Amino acid sequence: MLDKVTKQKLVVIGNGMAGIRTVEALLERAPDLYDITVFGSEPYGNYNRILLSPVLAGEKTVDDIMLNTVDWYEDNNITLRKGETISMIDRRTCEVVTDAGDRVPYDRLLIATGSNPIMLPLPGKDLPGVIGFRDIYDVDRMIKASTDYRNAVVIGGGLLGLEAANGLMKRGMNVTVVHLLDTLMERQLDPVAGGLLRKSLEERGMVFKMPAQTQAILGEDRVTGVRFGDGTELPADLVVMAVGIRPNFELAKKAGLYCERGIVVSDTMQTYDGRIYAVGECVQHRRQTYGLVAPLFDQAKVCANHLAMKGFATYDGSVTSTKLKVTGIDLFSAGDFAPGPDKEEIVLQDANRGVYKRIILKDKKIVGAVLYGDTIDGPWYFQHLRDGTDVSHMRERLVFGAANLGDGGVNGQNSVAAMSDETEICGCNGVCKGAIVKAISEKKLFTLDDVRAHTKASSSCGSCTGLVEQVLAFTLGGDYSAAPKVKPLCKCTDHSHDDVRRVIVEQQLKTIPAVMRFMEWKTLNGCHSCRPALNYYLLATWPGEYRDDQQSRFINERVHANIQKDGTYSVVPRMWGGVTTPGELRAIADVAEKFNIPTVKVTGGQRIDLLGVKKEDLPAVWADLNDAGMVSGHAYAKGLRTVKTCVGSEWCRFGTQDSTGLGVKLEKFMWGSWTPAKVKLGVSGCPRNCAEATCKDVGVVCVDSGYEIHFAGAAGLHIKGTEFLTKVETEDETLEVIVALTQLYREEGWYLERMYKWCDRVGLEQIRKRVVDDIANRKALFARFAHSQQFAQTDPWAERASRGVDRNEFAPLAELELA
Amino acid sequence: MTGWIEIGALDDIPRLGSRVVRTPAGNIAVFRTESDEVFALDDRCPHKGGPLSQGIVHNKRVTCPLHNFVIELASGQAVAPDEGCTHTHLAKVENGVVWLSVRQAAAVS
Ligand SMILES: Cc1cc2nc3c(=O)[nH]c(=O)nc-3n(C[C@H](O)[C@H](O)[C@H](O)COP(=O)(O)OP(=O)(O)OC[C@H]3O[C@@H](n4cnc5c(N)ncnc54)[C@H](O)[C@@H]3O)c2cc1C
Ligand code: SF4
Ligand code: SF4
Repeated sequence: MLDKVTKQKLVVIGNGMAGIRTVEALLERAPDLYDITVFGSEPYGNYNRILLSPVLAGEKTVDDIMLNTVDWYEDNNITLRKGETISMIDRRTCEVVTDAGDRVPYDRLLIATGSNPIMLPLPGKDLPGVIGFRDIYDVDRMIKASTDYRNAVVIGGGLLGLEAANGLMKRGMNVTVVHLLDTLMERQLDPVAGGLLRKSLEERGMVFKMPAQTQAILGEDRVTGVRFGDGTELPADLVVMAVGIRPNFELAKKAGLYCERGIVVSDTMQTYDGRIYAVGECVQHRRQTYGLVAPLFDQAKVCANHLAMKGFATYDGSVTSTKLKVTGIDLFSAGDFAPGPDKEEIVLQDANRGVYKRIILKDKKIVGAVLYGDTIDGPWYFQHLRDGTDVSHMRERLVFGAANLGDGGVNGQNSVAAMSDETEICGCNGVCKGAIVKAISEKKLFTLDDVRAHTKASSSCGSCTGLVEQVLAFTLGGDYSAAPKVKPLCKCTDHSHDDVRRVIVEQQLKTIPAVMRFMEWKTLNGCHSCRPALNYYLLATWPGEYRDDQQSRFINERVHANIQKDGTYSVVPRMWGGVTTPGELRAIADVAEKFNIPTVKVTGGQRIDLLGVKKEDLPAVWADLNDAGMVSGHAYAKGLRTVKTCVGSEWCRFGTQDSTGLGVKLEKFMWGSWTPAKVKLGVSGCPRNCAEATCKDVGVVCVDSGYEIHFAGAAGLHIKGTEFLTKVETEDETLEVIVALTQLYREEGWYLERMYKWCDRVGLEQIRKRVVDDIANRKALFARFAHSQQFAQTDPWAERASRGVDRNEFAPLAELELA
Repeated sequence: MTGWIEIGALDDIPRLGSRVVRTPAGNIAVFRTESDEVFALDDRCPHKGGPLSQGIVHNKRVTCPLHNFVIELASGQAVAPDEGCTHTHLAKVENGVVWLSVRQAAAVS
């Protein structure tokens, strides 16, 4: 268990996009784990660096681009030390040292120092008026220069340089872009697209000098001009260097961390010192450094997962795409588009419309795309690129985009950009495009979930999700990191588990065929994956009303025993809280002998397993067990399995509460309930935890002053300690919280999704809010569970042994004596 | 191959379910689809011998309960990418009665 009094200290160096995204993701997963301190050289909260270009162009203000204000840090108990720079990491004492000499200790350290603009080592580079383009300070100086001076030279014809040049031009300056090569944005564009881009920027008044090498920056007290390799000179009052970025890893290197072109990190975002993590532009992962936000956000998620001590996510690198944020110019590029012998190209050029598209294929897959003039299909190509889709069947028409493919398999990929603001995007909730665009820009939404929460678009049937993502991508430009495609429930449908559950409720669907019909299942009768899932969803949604479909149940749940590899079954009667009696043991012994049961074994869940029972003997075995007062242990069920207990205060000298009694109470209340996946409980009488409660789906650890409730543990394929949920004072409260928690899981979990996975998906805080904090909600959940138990608590063995349910299941249809 | 043998009423097999016919040469699983067609297969998955009669039936296929092999009821063939074949027998329904014709050679197990 974690010590809740002295929390571990997490120090973050760098208050930028990657660092804070990591902190946000960490708070979602483990809000109380750390004492967090963030150091940032810049005197602000966290802002969206990408949008500095529109700020420079006068399209947005600095306030517009703030992501987390100072209040946010306070609200989340984070100490923000803005305007303070860390000058040293002392790994020996585990401390960071500020430039003012302050020492701050850490248990874990996160380095997110971003990168610095490369300043070419030219004569005159330190003159006033020569600046990079990286932060608010740079933008302020550029804006100031644009009011005081006329001539600007931007060195570098890449993404950043062109956005800077565009902004300065909008501010009224004469701008010349100097570029070393003869293609603009050569890393993202091929020569044709680069030429088209140059032409349209020239039409707007931008001047280019390329190819050209800068030799010196001229001036005495301030820059006055630039001299080139060919001897020519240009007047300049402002020189912006935008030739590239250099990962900012000096600090790490000085501390002895291994660096190459960046701080070298593993797939878990750890540096060579396991206590020190690094994310963002300052890192090098698998020989790769990144300069765009989408990969940084992926890194942040993985890093947060490890900081939260979940320890299972890995970062495998990212594929990136770029969109130039110059209003009125549509440009998109992704992947690898250098020509090669094993590559094929599809090119479309329409000089009249100013459209150029080049799709690069290799082994039937898209490996690169360059679009100019018409970029609507950019995200669509990018999706196929990332997914590695085999596109050979649509090769002929590929270049015309998704809309021309008809049944291309991607829903609603019409020209989002061409739609009017009144076009309805979400039919269920009547949300039109304009409303979504407005919400994205005004509320600074980043993700699909944000948009769902704020506009309700795509929050119902979800069939418009593709369109909403397009609107997002189109509105945010390169800024949008596409959420992974929602995973369909199984191959029989495109709908996700969440969609199916929601529609079952909204449309009052009450049978499996009704769900399949309404949601347009692609197969007749579904398959072995979706049928049991639907059966569970219907059972959990309509207790007492829905008739359990035996043919949609996995065999174990149909015959209430566990199939073994030889086709025989194992039988486990319930032993409440692991407590048994001589009478029960005698009955079990008799049954074992009577039916020649080959193996009798004690299970990990504190009960007895009879292995090797023939199917046709099952009803008779159950009848005998029933007669001795025993019922099914549901050892086969996606439902409540065991409640493991220790002897607690009744016998143990350390016991603080009656853990056995509480376990029995829980089991008696909850047995028979179906859940998305199996549920195992544990109750320990004191923190010595003999019942191993902290690796169960739900665990109770009794203490002197009450009951600590933990959940979301697992000890199977994955081993995971539980999360602390809350502490309560009485047994009744314990029961109420655990039952409410289980009910929430029953209502939200995906079929076969264990509780710990559900928790990781939904978020601990979300769950705590609804089960612990919101007492009315807790009681409502409890009531719903109790209601459904009315219909669930019949012993399936008794029904079959003596009441003739499913009699056919256990007898052969016929016996033939073939000659 | 045996002649047609009457093995029971169609209604004794659940829709999208199966019942077993015992023979000295091993069990035969008789399946009933949603549209009341019947099929008969040896009750052994070609993979590891799992009892196909205990699987989930969908359309004209059954999924083996042990390792999720999917078998075509009509041909006994495993659905790609899995490979293997289970012996089939002839089955038919007439006036609500199910008839079976056992292919002897196949049922040896
Ligand atoms: C003008 C511009 C336009 C861009 N456009 C796009 C775009 O369209 N799409 C896209 O994907 N990406 C774009 N980017 C790139 C994107 O902004 C970066 O990839 C991203 O901000 C990197 O995040 P980071 O956290 O690694 O670094 P940063 O956001 O730079 O954060 C690092 C922070 O750490 C601070 N710091 C550094 N050293 C110390 C220290 N020793 N002590 C304390 N604090 C320190 C820095 O002051 C800085 O605030 C653009 C960048 C710029 C500058
Ligand atoms: S129909 Fe639909 S939500 Fe549904 S969410 Fe739809 S379009 Fe949007
Ligand atoms: S957990 Fe505590 S109370 Fe229970 S048996 Fe162990 S030591 Fe005793």
